[in-house]
Amino acid sequence: MDTDWLTLLCAAALAFSVMNYVLLDGTDLGVGILLGLTHSSRNRRAMAVTILPIWDANETWLVLGGGGLLALFPLAYAILLPALYVPFIAMFLALILRAMALEFRDHAPSERVKRLIDGVLLCGSLCTGLIQGIVLGTLVKGVPHLGSQYSGDGREWLEPFPLFCGLVLVLGYTWLGACWLYWRTVDELQHRSARQAKQLAWGTAGLLLVLVAWTTTLHDQYSQRLTAPVVWVPAVLILMALLAVFRSGFRSRFDWVPLFCALGVFVLAFALMLVALYPLIIPPGLTLQAATSKPNSQVFMLVGFAVLIPVTLIYNTYGFRVFSGKVRVGTKS
Amino acid sequence: MEALDSVLTAARAQFATTISFHIVLAAFTIGLSNFLLVLEALWLKTGREVYLDVYHYWLKIFALNVAVGTASGLILEYQFGLNWSRLVVQAGDILGPLMFYEVLAAFFLEAGFLGIMLFGLKKVGPRLHFFATGAVAMGSLISAFWILSANSWMHTPAGYSMSGEGRFLAEDWWAIIFNPSFPYRLAHMTLAALLGSATLVAGASAWQLLKSSHNPRARLQLSMAFWTVVALTPAQIVVGDLHGEHTLKVQPQKVAAIEGSWTRPPAGAGEPLRLFGWPDMSERRNHWEVAIPRIGSLYLRHDLSGTIAALDEFAPEDIPPVPPVFFAFRLMVGLGLMMLAQGIASLVLRFRKRLYIARGWLWSCVLMAPTGFVAMLSGWIVTEVGRQPFTVYGLLRTADSVSRVSREQVVTSTWGILLFYLLVFGIGLWVLMRLLREPPRRGEPGPQPTLPDETGRS
Repeated sequence: MDTDWLTLLCAAALAFSVMNYVLLDGTDLGVGILLGLTHSSRNRRAMAVTILPIWDANETWLVLGGGGLLALFPLAYAILLPALYVPFIAMFLALILRAMALEFRDHAPSERVKRLIDGVLLCGSLCTGLIQGIVLGTLVKGVPHLGSQYSGDGREWLEPFPLFCGLVLVLGYTWLGACWLYWRTVDELQHRSARQAKQLAWGTAGLLLVLVAWTTTLHDQYSQRLTAPVVWVPAVLILMALLAVFRSGFRSRFDWVPLFCALGVFVLAFALMLVALYPLIIPPGLTLQAATSKPNSQVFMLVGFAVLIPVTLIYNTYGFRVFSGKVRVGTKS
Repeated sequence: MEALDSVLTAARAQFATTISFHIVLAAFTIGLSNFLLVLEALWLKTGREVYLDVYHYWLKIFALNVAVGTASGLILEYQFGLNWSRLVVQAGDILGPLMFYEVLAAFFLEAGFLGIMLFGLKKVGPRLHFFATGAVAMGSLISAFWILSANSWMHTPAGYSMSGEGRFLAEDWWAIIFNPSFPYRLAHMTLAALLGSATLVAGASAWQLLKSSHNPRARLQLSMAFWTVVALTPAQIVVGDLHGEHTLKVQPQKVAAIEGSWTRPPAGAGEPLRLFGWPDMSERRNHWEVAIPRIGSLYLRHDLSGTIAALDEFAPEDIPPVPPVFFAFRLMVGLGLMMLAQGIASLVLRFRKRLYIARGWLWSCVLMAPTGFVAMLSGWIVTEVGRQPFTVYGLLRTADSVSRVSREQVVTSTWGILLFYLLVFGIGLWVLMRLLREPPRRGEPGPQPTLPDETGRS
């Protein structure tokens, strides 16, 4: 069955939302993980300040991803969520912990309590990233379903591949967080973030390669797609270019370069996943076309998306710009 | 069947838990953001510092509330799939887009301008900052618009057709969005959110005035809260009556359950007002009924002899569980009348210049702080339990909406969520109370007062 262009546009809208979430909130989650691992309270405060004005807007993309999946591909939503029942609920509780920890840390009565809250922030961010990786891994591996209903035992996510994906994503998010901090902070914290970012870059890139290789063994379609020269040759070239620019970025005077290279690697990995999956939305059997809502609903949503998302991007960018620049804690300018 | 039953009960309990916590936070966000908008407008207009001080004080409360509100709302966006995947398959084409528009048009607006509203006054200047506050307040109202449209559609479905596989397909979006019960519900809920926030602000201010009765900022808060109560409670009673009248037309079972009316009174006798009773589902009658004859007809039919359809006129499997609907309705109306009385009392005390100093009165305000939100939750119990046993009223049964997820997963996670929420939101409430204990000061700082200087190129 072919995929019609309306459904393709819907898939593009959904992919855009999910990818934006991963790029934006992934960075926040990475900062949350690093924050919890930082000893100096001054540095922790600086890290929190970099994300405080924007994390809420970034998290909203996850609501759009969920709402988008429900609205654009209701059958996929109805199969995927019951399959990941326990992980999803754990993730939402972890996100609540993260939100509370970030907003309440400055109301802590003592330094010790604040340290404890930052530990909670670490756990919340870590669990969220881990579970998001597990979700993606379970999806790629395939979710058993009969007709429009999930038919598994609720434990597919407990297998090595999804858990490995969780590990990769946590590492990747932490990498994004370190690059973000390199961009937004100064002095000792910035130097430390640069060191962490470089180490995490190799770790993430290495694990990503293992992940792609592992993915090719899961289904015939994946191995055909991913080992086709039109796919892997450009992918490897882009990856090498991104990593090279990433490395030299630390020597340039543009501190944002490493972060954008890291984000580029995420986009590349995401694109590879889509290439492997298309035209499926839930392997092994559910296609985009079969999972989608009817044209009347698709058009209604795509119009809203086309009108409102550009506006949203404009004012979100403005919101970012208002609080852009280096964070210097405890100095009055 | 029994296994399915307990999955169904647990799934419903889970939804009730998550939505109850979230709706209070969301309603407080609506109320507070509009309160803040008015405060900032007054500050810009008059230039008086007292408005800015109170603004900054409540902005800190708002920061905590809205962050947790967003996080607690996220789970709801996904819970439809986790527990109600068959509802999604059948009605996703209609409910999905409405929720999608809520995110696109409302959540992004709220979240996108939140950072500027919370921390940006020094960065962007008063005018742009006022715009940001307005955007957040607007976003909270637009969010109520879309989600209540989706909810109302499940009560009074319209503008759809059925596909061969039993899916609801969208035919006419205008009819779907502005479905018959939507205008009533939107007005009733928006007023409830504003009133709930007003009684809470009033309670907190009264608490502060008990200790520092001359604080002009605490007085300003109390005064503004009570003007809100005075203006909105009567409006809410009128809207509630209209909403009830409409429900009588479209969901007669619900109104019969509200009234606890098992059998229709003889012609000409009129409906009684049952003040108390113990509805018994198995015997299909009330125990210990205390009722005033004919008064029911007065508010149901606006005469003294009209009657309404009774519960025995419907198939037993089509009526909602009567006791929760019956009691929640009485609680809601009782609290609503208390708020009306509180509003009238505030006018008398204001006139006698005792509004800020009468200690008994201030104590009563403290005790009544949760009134508005408790009434709101009761109202939701009436309308949602009253819709049972259907998710899409009259068309899709709740038992046919639930996901095929194992019983232990649903039961365990429901308990887990409940305990987690009690613990985490308990801590949140404790922090909030600690903050509210101290009245706003002169030159009150906003949230993260040093943040604007710590970021940026300036």
